Amino acid sequence: MGTWELSAGRPQSLLEVVVLLPASALSRSLDLPAWVLFRRSRPLPPLQDPTMPAPQCASCHKARAALRRPRSGQALCGACFCAAFEAEVLHTVVAGRLLPPGAVVAVGASGGKDSTVLAHVLRELAPRLGISLHLVAVDEGIGGYRDAALAAVRRQAARWELPLTVVAYADLFGGWTMDAVARSTAGSGRSRACCTFCGVLRRRALEEGARLVGATHVVTGHNADDMAETVLMNFLRGDAGRLARGGGLGSPGEGGALPRCRPLQLASQKEVVLYAHFRRLDYFSEECVYAPEAFRGHARDLLKMLEAARPSAVLDLVHSAERLALAPTARPPPPGACSRCGALASRALCQACALLDGLNRGRPRLAIGKGRRGLDEEGPPREPQPSRPPTSEPVPDF
Amino acid sequence: MLGKSRLIFPGEKVLLAWSGGPSSSSMVWQVLEGLSRDSAKRLRFVPGVVYIDEGAACGQSPEDRARTLAEVKLALQTTGFPWHAVALEEVFSLPPSALRCSAQEAAGTEGAYKAAVDSFLQQQHALGTNGVERQSQHCAQDPQSPAGPPTTAQTQALSRLFDSVKTLTAKEELLQTLRTHLILHVARNHGYSKVMTGDSCTRLAIKLMTSLALGRGAFLAWDTGFSDERHGDVVVVRPMREHTLKEVAFYNRLFAVPSICTPALDTKAPEKASIHRLMEAFILRLQAQFPSTVSTVYRTSEKLVKAPRAGCAAGPRCLLCMCTLDVDTADSATAFGAQTSHLPQMQTPVTQARAAAGPCCCAGMGGAPGCCKREDPRAQVMEQLCYGCRVNMKDLPSLELLPPYILSEAQLRSQRATAEQEIREYLLGDSEDEAGTGES
Repeated sequence: MGTWELSAGRPQSLLEVVVLLPASALSRSLDLPAWVLFRRSRPLPPLQDPTMPAPQCASCHKARAALRRPRSGQALCGACFCAAFEAEVLHTVVAGRLLPPGAVVAVGASGGKDSTVLAHVLRELAPRLGISLHLVAVDEGIGGYRDAALAAVRRQAARWELPLTVVAYADLFGGWTMDAVARSTAGSGRSRACCTFCGVLRRRALEEGARLVGATHVVTGHNADDMAETVLMNFLRGDAGRLARGGGLGSPGEGGALPRCRPLQLASQKEVVLYAHFRRLDYFSEECVYAPEAFRGHARDLLKMLEAARPSAVLDLVHSAERLALAPTARPPPPGACSRCGALASRALCQACALLDGLNRGRPRLAIGKGRRGLDEEGPPREPQPSRPPTSEPVPDF
Repeated sequence: MLGKSRLIFPGEKVLLAWSGGPSSSSMVWQVLEGLSRDSAKRLRFVPGVVYIDEGAACGQSPEDRARTLAEVKLALQTTGFPWHAVALEEVFSLPPSALRCSAQEAAGTEGAYKAAVDSFLQQQHALGTNGVERQSQHCAQDPQSPAGPPTTAQTQALSRLFDSVKTLTAKEELLQTLRTHLILHVARNHGYSKVMTGDSCTRLAIKLMTSLALGRGAFLAWDTGFSDERHGDVVVVRPMREHTLKEVAFYNRLFAVPSICTPALDTKAPEKASIHRLMEAFILRLQAQFPSTVSTVYRTSEKLVKAPRAGCAAGPRCLLCMCTLDVDTADSATAFGAQTSHLPQMQTPVTQARAAAGPCCCAGMGGAPGCCKREDPRAQVMEQLCYGCRVNMKDLPSLELLPPYILSEAQLRSQRATAEQEIREYLLGDSEDEAGTGES
């Protein structure tokens, strides 16, 4: 057993591995920046002692235990762990009534570990739930990153025999790829806010792709760590609107939008990776090229440290997010329809149209921040006041 | 800030919780200044100061504690307010009524506040200035110290309790809980209706993020808001919440405000030792990079309301923090459900997972049969705690070391719950109100 140091752009803390497997087998599939290291959550007998037999699986009592679950410290064999993971996802879907039988589900597939595991688990559970699956992949046009990820998605679709649809930003949004957006927002002296654009446009692209395949529900692979990071980030940025909207298991789909949900929401990232390992899933795990600039990185670092101090911190944060009570004035207004594209919007223009508008007018920051003046005006546009805190910028700076 | 909120009526007795640190010292100093000013902005309440000696929990030696206590007494005497120096060991002699929230007094309306101010001013004119001076002299001569230093048995019990807690996070939370209970008890004993704590903006921002990480998202408004009325008759007010630590430091330096530095639980602890330390280091580091962090978090905290989220009815209160319980049923599709329902699913194959989830009676609240409740005192206490307190208590291996008032109140509540369960079918309508008045 040893410890691994990650060499991604962000320094990670050193943690011990808990999986009781030969180191070589694990390292072959783990030498990737997106891998999260493990830590002992319960006191264990010394792992270095070869004469000490590994414990029995606590569930089937037949096979030798191959791992300890991060959440409970239970020793399980690979098959039982995968079965338990699938059972929990099934329970989340059933108890939350997320996917009714007969639903046509569009799975947002990025090629990464979360969406790969999601697609695999849903495929296993599809006969029980009575749903049919379609893979929808979004091509944001990020060179050197998205092409490799899409190759992984195509391989998966071929292996699992699931229909795949690829929607590209360039087709949907009038030639604006993420690289073009980054070039357009660069050089303004402030941060590029790439994640703001990418996130909003990707949701829209996913919705379009889902409509193309005739889906009734959209699922994404957000896990518990993502939800925890989101609530931390929203508090640090003061985004009361998003805080009020988030926390549940997904949105029921108001207006014309399709209902969205996140079946992996209560599974921690470590378990997702473990599952992918034991099922030998092939996924793409590089960080996005623009990720180091994102504000979410701070929240992610904080979450890793919190998890080291207290293993249940991730679920505690998810619980806090579920129970936040915000004032009615802070909540977003009831949604109407965008005047341009007809999609769900809480203002006259939906965020995607507003962002694209800004890009097309040569003023990419038009829709970022409070105020959004100049959007509705034809005359000389005024800059939004810098004294007001920006709400959708990932990096607040003054 | 106090005038804007119209919370403190003139002539009211207010207890100032002083820890010796810069923020609370600044608060006490400002109260002193405010009371002595002869202007319309004069503060009009009757203050008292309380200091809690936490040396036993922090592992200080008796000589250090005695020395600190002497300094504290000197400082308190110079303020001229009635002061109380209480040792934390007194939690072992608290009555269970410290955990009950009495009926709340009706909140004053605008008209009531103005009327109260007018009548108070009239009284002042009638008494003249002599009355005020006599009052303050009388208070200063009254030492108000409790019955001698704490016994060694109590000190040992307290250190045993804190040593048995496994993580620093849980220790800090436990210390805060016990401190709050003790301050409330002192306030109730001496007739104070308000308690003012010196939490600054920076500290409250850190506290908010820490509470998030500890699972107390439902109670953020009470933990970090201006006024905290969950204890019923005593309201906790945070007047310093708009001042950052930097401002407090400047004020203290400019006006030579004395403060006493005492070691706390997490002094010299490494950064990753507890969630509190982590959050503090993180926020201060982020503040250096983005100067608006603390004020953003503070402003977001102002948007929080004290109501439970829509759809959750008011229910029983947590034993330790006295907030409405925020736990769901054991098998729901929430974070709480995920943590409590995994146990039965592990013991059976996948197809029988859902069926087996029912009979497990250790899985949180929700209609478990009464027999197994009584046999497990730990489960009994855990059931009465909110999510955040439950996670903290997990780090406490044996609940017997807790002060007796907590354990007896827990037993009382569970007995009442089981009794109510038995007679539920014979009760007509909603008997909540009648039971409530009989509680205190």
